[in-house]
Amino acid sequence: MENNIEEKIDHPLVEFWQQFSKNKGAIFGLIIIVLFTLIALLAPLLSPYGPTSIDPEFLRIPPAFSEGGTLKYIFGTDDVGRDLLSRLIYGAQISMLIGFFVVIISCGIGTILGLLSGYYGGWVDRIIMRMIDILMAFPSILLAIVVVSVMGPGISNAIIAVAIVAIPGFTRIVRASVLAEKKKQYVMASKTFGASSFRIMFFEILPNCMAPLIVQASLGFSDGILNAAALGFLGLGAQAPTPEWGIMLADARPFIESSPWMVTLPGICILLAVLGFNLLGDGLRDALDPRLKR
Amino acid sequence: MLKFILKKLLDLIPTLVGISILSFILIRLVPGDPVMLMLGERGADPVVYAKMQKALGLDLPMHEQYVTFVKKAFSGDLGTSIVSKRSVTSEFFARFPATLELGLCAIAFAAIVGIPFGILAAIKRNSFYDYFLMGGSLVGYSMPIFWWGLILILFFSVQLGITPVSGRISIMYDVEVVTGFMLIDTLLPRNLASEGIGPFLSTLSHLILPAIAMGTIPLAVMARMTRSSMLEVLGEDYIRTAKAKGLPIKKIIAVHALRNALIPIVTVIGLIFGSIITGAILTETIFSWPGIGKWLVASINARDYPVIQGGVLFIATMIVLINLMVDFIYAIVNPKMR
Repeated sequence: MENNIEEKIDHPLVEFWQQFSKNKGAIFGLIIIVLFTLIALLAPLLSPYGPTSIDPEFLRIPPAFSEGGTLKYIFGTDDVGRDLLSRLIYGAQISMLIGFFVVIISCGIGTILGLLSGYYGGWVDRIIMRMIDILMAFPSILLAIVVVSVMGPGISNAIIAVAIVAIPGFTRIVRASVLAEKKKQYVMASKTFGASSFRIMFFEILPNCMAPLIVQASLGFSDGILNAAALGFLGLGAQAPTPEWGIMLADARPFIESSPWMVTLPGICILLAVLGFNLLGDGLRDALDPRLKR
Repeated sequence: MLKFILKKLLDLIPTLVGISILSFILIRLVPGDPVMLMLGERGADPVVYAKMQKALGLDLPMHEQYVTFVKKAFSGDLGTSIVSKRSVTSEFFARFPATLELGLCAIAFAAIVGIPFGILAAIKRNSFYDYFLMGGSLVGYSMPIFWWGLILILFFSVQLGITPVSGRISIMYDVEVVTGFMLIDTLLPRNLASEGIGPFLSTLSHLILPAIAMGTIPLAVMARMTRSSMLEVLGEDYIRTAKAKGLPIKKIIAVHALRNALIPIVTVIGLIFGSIITGAILTETIFSWPGIGKWLVASINARDYPVIQGGVLFIATMIVLINLMVDFIYAIVNPKMR
């Protein structure tokens, strides 16, 4: 009898994968992300040239597949003769790192705030939620710009700025799950056994809030990459000659008529990376929590 | 309902205080001496320095500075721009119509295209149309609009040469500004009499690309929202009843489903306002659109702190008030939310 029952119930991960892999968009997103991650990790091996090495004889050479291009520089070169392919590859490294740190910081702070807010309620909840309301009153890019203008431009400040912008999303989602979880019996049981509030919050409730948190992390990754690129584009994020996609776009603007590939290629990279994480986030949401399905 | 409104209004007070403190602290968090920063690299003669410090009220203790700041803000005085030497409030309202005009056109574009897309996707659920439209809207949702704007310029202005690249209107026209909305101003009788229809067409051709760039993300949001809202309504009992009565499917969708599905979408339009400001910052920078967004970016580059402080306070307050109105509308429409 027991064996029969066990055979019918799949491991949660197996069940998750069955749901997830039905969604072609999500698989596509996952493939994009895996590709970008590999490119980021293997950047020094994959890129034919250094990200800032200059070849003064080849200025603004079009990509190999268009007229006047050369196989030496498959995606062409920029206005100072740097290989675009190498810069895009290193750009993947930078954007993935930015996304990673943004999610770590905002998810960490946001989760703690959400746990405290949802678990304790009362004035703790009120204070935290008002802080979150204040943060949310500032449009994302505006808040990031303001933070950067106070701290000064640069890649680490851009990461902090974009992470601050992303905190409210995590806090609200964790708080909502905690409110639902804390009424359940297992929390009551731990309390009766005398577990500390810390233990209940982090070891009992938090593991049960993972599904929406993972979805939010994926969406946070895409927002992080997008906002950091926007800051770079405005000259407030990473600084030249860093091969960051946003800066590459800003640098290419004056040459939009004569060298359009300098504009199109970095933008396609940003779009693909952001799209990948959005697709993954949608797929995860559908697979992990059918109730959240939009 | 009254209780709900009062609670929301009470919640508003700490939020507004917080926003004002944040905008206030901002100017004081800048590393180094803001007065020195504003006076520039050349350094300053002590008299000028003291004058500047007094003008900014930075010689007072912190809490007094804050009280003065709030008092002045209530009377509409947000200080003076370092760059233009004009009051921040008048600078803001001189530029606001440009951003509002662009934003409204962007939302209109998003609604006119996005809502039908969402309806079509819902009706033809799991068909090619559905996948195509929803895939497309996810691409739109992921779009880096600072790049999208450049691509639109590249295609429509550079390749086809049919739209101008920047500004609000061609400099060859001299239009008297009355409302600040160029689409209206160019159609006023006196401007029509002196310049004809040319300025209006010029305004329209300047507006179209930035409106598309700025409206793309809201379009995607609306298409997705409309689809899910439509699907929810189409699953309701009264739709089944209507079908059972033998009503034609088009009539069911137009009369029963659409009206109910549009309710949540209306509130989404309110919530999109925040993303419109974000869009304005990037779109205006690309299209040299003389609005709030471009002004703020220029002020940040010029370290014009009174402008940043005032502009941020204005925008944040506006967004909080709009969100409040959306909450009220939503509560009226959907009593369960109270």
